[in-house]
Amino acid sequence: MEAAVKTNTLKDRLYSEFETVKNSLLGSLQIREQAMESFLKQGIPNRKSEEYKYVNIDLVLKGEFAFSTDKTTTCEQIKHTKFLKDAIDIVIENGVFIEDLSNIKSLPKGLQVINITDASSNETFSKQYSKYADVNADTFIALNTALAKGGVFIHVAKGTVIETPIHIINISSTKENLIINSRNLIVVEPNAQVKFIESFETVDSSAKTFNNSMTEIVIDENAIVDYYKIQDENENGYLINTTQVYQKKQSVFSTNTITLSGSLVRNNLNIVLDDEHIETHLNGLYLTSGNQVVDNHTLVDHRKPNCNSNELYKGIIEDKSSATFNGKIYVRKDAQKTNAFQSNKNILLSDEGTINTKPQLEIYADDVKCSHGTSTGKLDADKIFYLRARGLSETSAKKLLMHAFASEVVDTLKIEALREYVEEKIAKRFE
Amino acid sequence: MLSIKNLHASIDGKEILKGINLEVKAGEIHAIMGPNGSGKSTLSAVLAGREEYEVTEGEIIFNGKNLLELSPEDRAREGVFLAFQYPIEIPGVSNVNFLKTAINEIRAYKGLAPMEAKDFLARLKEKQKLVELDGKLANRSVNEGFSGGEKKRNEIFQMAMLEPKLAILDETDSGLDIDALRIVAGGVNKLKSKDNATIVITHYQRLLDYIVPDVVHVLYNGKIVKTGPKELALELEEKGYDFIKEEVNA
Repeated sequence: MEAAVKTNTLKDRLYSEFETVKNSLLGSLQIREQAMESFLKQGIPNRKSEEYKYVNIDLVLKGEFAFSTDKTTTCEQIKHTKFLKDAIDIVIENGVFIEDLSNIKSLPKGLQVINITDASSNETFSKQYSKYADVNADTFIALNTALAKGGVFIHVAKGTVIETPIHIINISSTKENLIINSRNLIVVEPNAQVKFIESFETVDSSAKTFNNSMTEIVIDENAIVDYYKIQDENENGYLINTTQVYQKKQSVFSTNTITLSGSLVRNNLNIVLDDEHIETHLNGLYLTSGNQVVDNHTLVDHRKPNCNSNELYKGIIEDKSSATFNGKIYVRKDAQKTNAFQSNKNILLSDEGTINTKPQLEIYADDVKCSHGTSTGKLDADKIFYLRARGLSETSAKKLLMHAFASEVVDTLKIEALREYVEEKIAKRFE
Repeated sequence: MLSIKNLHASIDGKEILKGINLEVKAGEIHAIMGPNGSGKSTLSAVLAGREEYEVTEGEIIFNGKNLLELSPEDRAREGVFLAFQYPIEIPGVSNVNFLKTAINEIRAYKGLAPMEAKDFLARLKEKQKLVELDGKLANRSVNEGFSGGEKKRNEIFQMAMLEPKLAILDETDSGLDIDALRIVAGGVNKLKSKDNATIVITHYQRLLDYIVPDVVHVLYNGKIVKTGPKELALELEEKGYDFIKEEVNA
């Protein structure tokens, strides 16, 4: 176990961690050095950082943090996290892929799952790794690229259709405060079809985890990819989750980010549509309570003509929690005939809760259809009365209305077992 | 069954009901008619328990219970049903799911176990037929995208499903074409029994051709100013409300 260095600043400690990992095989030394340099320039964001002003990251990172731990969970302990009966389970514990806990012995033809630390000899990996996420665009991309030492590389070969969902299970489990930088690369080749679920959970943890988790997804021509996220860590969980997606011609990408718990969750979802006739669906649902902070930043970059993107994020904010939605859409000069739609709707259940919502559309093409809308309100008193007048208690009337509000997003989950799991979780939340 | 004594109610400090007295017995149909602004909708809102209205005087006893002390849901569970003048649209909540929840909460209030799924389905089918409601509508979100007539039919369908003791139909005829009116009235008539009662609140006599009342009351300026047999409705239709106003003001 590495002991955390106690006296130096966090930046210094991150730098010394860099010295220990920089020669590992994950990515080239050059990539890592550039990333570290960029991180040192950008620094750890504070309240004055425009992109992170609603999340107190510098406060979260006060105190001592280690970079790795001996803690290992048992098969029995994580049983409940494998909530899909028929799935290819990939377990990543504290940012490290654990093959023993996973279920990848007999994979369908055309599917490869490789520990990312063993992937550098793979030609596709070397070609694609760290190619899409720009270290200079975001400090956590830089930090992750500099320090990542675990995760998986998933390769779906040309024309492969995988019916069984692939479930990436991120488990935080530690007895001392821990900074995690986990990194995945997913490459889906032309005409392939695949569904992913990525979940984040805390198991048997008595200290904070700060998980800077990042996934790059490359979707080649005509491929269809679903990517669903369930973020359900406990109050020890602090998560920065970056997803960098690159779509090629005629590909379809559908994603849904469901945030149920965790002290802090920041999602950076960046999608580049870099050819014609691409379809992108982004949905999100956040149910916040207590002192929770959830911040969804999305970026949809329309670079070429004739593409469609559709975005719907909904949130229910309780107690003193705070939620942020920041949705950027770029429609570049070449991207004529773009259809880009965005909507963010919120229900604020308490006077102390906060919602910040900021749609940002930048349109440089002149023949496009784009719209955005945002609304924040309380539960409708007329609806509550109508339900009560039929015999429903006030509580169950509210529950029914919240469930109805959430269902617009939940219904987009195309895996039935997952939808049922999420619905059950939501029902429990509204108890 | 229902006994209203000297009921006064106001909203935002303005008195709307100024001493209503009304006795309704099981098996009866009462019509409450009156010009616009006479307090008809306020009376139905107060009966259902809308919190915006403040009852300043009087009492409402329903089957021996003080209705004014009960929450809206407990009134419904005791058997009071209000068919809304303007039914609310609730996107995302399916009619069927909502009715199942309602029935089971009413049953729980009475200490009964939840209804068996097959019994519920059977009731659903039977009552749908009663109000000629398309099965597709029953499965859709509550009132979402329904036409005016469909919404009113859906109110009667809900009433049929919940089997109330006292049904209050608030301007159920407004905005209905003659076919929809016939269907809605037919539904109400088929649900009539010696154990339940109905209050029909309406501006026009038209509905009363189909739902024949035992007693007709005229509400004017927050008070019941005239009570009579079903012929009173015809007289009102013929002479208009002015003769009532003249009588009262004389």
